[in-house]
Amino acid sequence: MNRTLPLWPVLVALMLAGCTGKNESWHGKDISGLMPELEFQLQGTNGQPVTAADSKGNIRLLYFGFTSCPDVCPTTLTDLRRSVHQLPEQYRDDFTTLFVSVDPRRDTPERLASYVNFFGDRVVGLTAEEPALRELAKRYRTTFGYDEPDASGNYNVSHSSAVYVFDRDGNARLLLRPGLSPEQISEDLTQLAQGSRS
Amino acid sequence: MPVSSYLLPYDFSPLTLLSYMLVLGFYGVALLKMPEQDRPGSGRIITFTLGVMLCYGVMQTRFDYYSQYMFFVHRGQHLILHHLGPILIALSNPLPVMRFWYQKISPSVRYWLQPLGWIYRLLQQPVIASVLFVGLIYFWLWPPIHFDAMLSRQLYWIMNWSMLLDGLLFWWLIFDPRSPAITSALGYGKRILLLALVAIPQMILGAWIVFSRGMVYDVYEVCGRAWPMPPETDQLLGGLLTWIPPAMMSIIGILIVLRRAMHEDGKFPKSRSLAGGNA
Repeated sequence: MNRTLPLWPVLVALMLAGCTGKNESWHGKDISGLMPELEFQLQGTNGQPVTAADSKGNIRLLYFGFTSCPDVCPTTLTDLRRSVHQLPEQYRDDFTTLFVSVDPRRDTPERLASYVNFFGDRVVGLTAEEPALRELAKRYRTTFGYDEPDASGNYNVSHSSAVYVFDRDGNARLLLRPGLSPEQISEDLTQLAQGSRS
Repeated sequence: MPVSSYLLPYDFSPLTLLSYMLVLGFYGVALLKMPEQDRPGSGRIITFTLGVMLCYGVMQTRFDYYSQYMFFVHRGQHLILHHLGPILIALSNPLPVMRFWYQKISPSVRYWLQPLGWIYRLLQQPVIASVLFVGLIYFWLWPPIHFDAMLSRQLYWIMNWSMLLDGLLFWWLIFDPRSPAITSALGYGKRILLLALVAIPQMILGAWIVFSRGMVYDVYEVCGRAWPMPPETDQLLGGLLTWIPPAMMSIIGILIVLRRAMHEDGKFPKSRSLAGGNA
């Protein structure tokens, strides 16, 4: 017991440092240590299974949405594309956007493929059966829900509006909340890419 | 969805399940083994079990899922963990059960358990207890902390357990069945004062949430809601749940303590001057 006693001031100092987080400043929310590393097995737009290992070495931007999404998803994906375009040239190929559709009933692989292609070639469209999606959402402390369909069968889907950023090794690093400008996102992504270039 | 899936935990925590099983198990065994005259009546047993099962229900059923993704359900969860559940448990007066098990502990183990007693007595100082009671609510509802707690599975469990344990400590202090006239339990006047004092900051916090124009707790927006609901409605309902029921529980608590004080009035006239001093 007594041998650990001198460590207490160090621990407290570390905790305080963690609270202020002055050594690294991000526009997004730093989620290092709060969330588990990137891990999933979903279906790609070609029908083949896709895992986190397929994009290892890249910085991954994970986003949950659905292709019939009226505003949030297109805005977010557009902002992400613009952010990546603003990056210094050498980093642009280091990013992969993972768009996970939580509406597998409507989002067939074909539909998903044409949707993500619209937002650039570094966007991967993914989906799965609902239970697998629920598991993945739970792992990242998020969820989704379906509204009652209207007369023409359209329904709204509630889903996370944030982008989860994982570094090259798959560690959770940042949560980009809605409201960040592409410039701010770009700054964060540059900092992340610089910090993790091996 | 089948009914059973509503009763199964959303986020299974073996430690939580084990704790509840141990509590109910120890309570049940004590009921069977303790002498007839000490055994609590059926009303008290039901109250205790109800309190425990309510807390279990909001932690290890589908309710927990909705608590994680709807702010107002989360406030309902804490209302049960920090108020209603512990109130029922404290009112059921499990003291004879605790005494029964305490007598079974060997003296050497009791010696090693002493530090727990010191911590307990420190936490039950009226000022510390009430600051802790209100402080924990404010701490976990402080927006940046709340955000982290909802994102991190570990912090989320720490939050819920700290609310439950603190609720038990506080309401046990308030509803301690031992009379302050003949034991060192807290005096009735002080209990009433504490109940009134802790109600005020909770009302202020609840009203602040209700009347906030902007989004105070955007984590539910960021992480997706359990079903599509306007964020303002969610926040409004959550604020009301932080504001009104805790205030009502303080008032009910005051009435219960008052009733007990009136019952005991004149019951211990001689010892008052002796024992009243350390109340």
